[in-house]
Amino acid sequence: MTFLTHVMPDPALAGDRSQKARALSFALVFILFAAALLSLAIGASGTSLWDALIGLANGEALSARDRIVLLDIRLPRTVMGMLVGAALAVSGAVMQGLFRNPLADPGLVGVSAGAGLGAIVAIVLGGLLPATVAAMFGYYLVSVAAFVGGWLSTILLYKVSTRRGRTSVATMLLAGIALGALAGALQGVLVYIADDAQLRTLTFWGMGSLAGATWTKVIAAAPLILLALAIVPFLARGLNALALGEAAASHIGISVQRLKNTAILMVAGAVGAAVAVAGGIGFIGIVVPHLLRLMVGPDHRYLLVNSALLGAALLLIADVISRVIIAPAELPIGIVTATLGGPFFLWILLRQRGLLDM
Amino acid sequence: MLDATDISVCYEPHRILHGIDFHAAPGAVTAIVGPNGSGKTTLMRALTGETDYAGEVRLNNENIARLKPWELAAMRGVLPQATPLAFPFTVIEVVRLGLSRGVSAGNTDLIHRALARVDLSGFEGRFYQELSGGEQQRVQLARVLAQVWSPVEDGEPRWLFLDEPVSALDIGHQLQVMQIAHDYAAAGGGVVTVMHDLNLTAMFADSVALVSEGRILQQGAPEEVFNNALLSRAYHCDVRVNSAPSQGTFILPHAAKMAAE
Ligand SMILES: Nc1ncnc2c1ncn2[C@@H]1O[C@H](COP(=O)(O)OP(=O)(O)O)[C@@H](O)[C@H]1O
Ligand SMILES: [Mg+2]
Repeated sequence: MTFLTHVMPDPALAGDRSQKARALSFALVFILFAAALLSLAIGASGTSLWDALIGLANGEALSARDRIVLLDIRLPRTVMGMLVGAALAVSGAVMQGLFRNPLADPGLVGVSAGAGLGAIVAIVLGGLLPATVAAMFGYYLVSVAAFVGGWLSTILLYKVSTRRGRTSVATMLLAGIALGALAGALQGVLVYIADDAQLRTLTFWGMGSLAGATWTKVIAAAPLILLALAIVPFLARGLNALALGEAAASHIGISVQRLKNTAILMVAGAVGAAVAVAGGIGFIGIVVPHLLRLMVGPDHRYLLVNSALLGAALLLIADVISRVIIAPAELPIGIVTATLGGPFFLWILLRQRGLLDM
Repeated sequence: MLDATDISVCYEPHRILHGIDFHAAPGAVTAIVGPNGSGKTTLMRALTGETDYAGEVRLNNENIARLKPWELAAMRGVLPQATPLAFPFTVIEVVRLGLSRGVSAGNTDLIHRALARVDLSGFEGRFYQELSGGEQQRVQLARVLAQVWSPVEDGEPRWLFLDEPVSALDIGHQLQVMQIAHDYAAAGGGVVTVMHDLNLTAMFADSVALVSEGRILQQGAPEEVFNNALLSRAYHCDVRVNSAPSQGTFILPHAAKMAAE
């Protein structure tokens, strides 16, 4: 990114990367915009976004077919991709700040698994709820259940791996494996007792995909994700301070307990909603913040916002790849993010080996 | 004033502090000395509200248990014995962490003054994790200084709590950091510092509390506290306190040397 080097550093601000970080935010807004256009323009049907826009500009109405393809298939998919990508990337960044470790990721440490378990419970057992309760939750039942599942597993994880304000990386990762296995086993039991219709929903959901995007799903996920993203700016200062440890953070004026509670709720809300509508999509939460820290440093005032932007853009691009690479068939996006993210993750591990031995 | 009365701390199943009374006045450097594991850091943690304790700690006449973290942060800065850092922040970014809510990041002036004070001008762009232990310790001190830069605010003294601030430093920087503590107190602030080096303590402290096995054996002026019997009892070895005309008190592990010869 050559533009970054053109921001002339003020000598009085040596070591201060905030200017660079702000410039990057601008660039990311454009990249996200471009990715969204790409996502709207590409698809299995022959509908061309460009032609449609020209038509609209000339005062022609959209054909019924184009209207459906653009507004009811591609647009909700694009919006959902942005929401899910932003949610996963920001959750990763917040968890890493909270656990004070660049390897914490909702997918790796069992939070997504917990959210998934919540979602499956809602899908399979939701029918057992009294009709009035089910009606009260409506579309949101699966999202709320995923949120609760993610929330409980994050709290459990934190309690297990943190002692007197210090998080043990090894314990955190091992606890994540245990949580993931437990959630997987319970999911297996539920799949076993699910009926055929529920099974279809589950299979579709479990692959981790944006293919099932509908406005209904967007509406189900958007409130939780937007709420979680709205909380993010209030976490930045606290997460920065937390890099010094819990005690030092408190000494410089942070209410650490409140920070932790808010951060855990935020992560659970964002991951829960994302998992509820898009299944388990891995690696976004670890790759995006890591790249950004390399580029403009770990200051959460910029890291969190930039993570949301880059996460949204990357997930849209991964989705476009998943749509074109074996067209007209479609690869689940989870496979794309894992293929790209797996090697990247190994690379991070190589760089962090010293830290892991702590 | 800092008044701690009847402070006890238990880390189950051990009782670490046994009903300690400790006092420090603004305008003075108050040192806490004692052997390894005697409870100096634990006392510091109680005084700063970092650990649970029985008893009462009053800072500027307020019970610290009733104050919010940000209210405490406006009154006092705390330099821990060791500060690991989770992410690759630069020196300037670490010092900026100390700036309180109201003070915006735009206050780079204060950051530079704090860094200059600890002799680290020019280190702004270096990565904290790549500095030597002594340099890291001084960066942390700069962060704490930036947090409570003016020793008196609205007529109330502010406080520095330092846990072994010079333990990783060379002799020149030891003197420099002790001078910072001295100047802060001379300007009306309060300084409470855990010390290992008894000679530096004798040079710079106005009051010394000698801690042994979770109790304060004595608190008072260095000339009172530093006597052969008391130090030997606390440190379990034969220690000689001497004084040179015009150069004040100095302390040698005298008898140990003689026994070895
Ligand atoms: N977090 C802890 N849990 C259990 N015991 C502790 C803890 N911190 C300190 N201790 C014990 O309390 C005693 C006093 O420790 P500390 O106050 O750190 O000593 P020092 O005077 O060297 O600073 C030591 O015996 C130490 O082992
Ligand atoms: Mg200590």
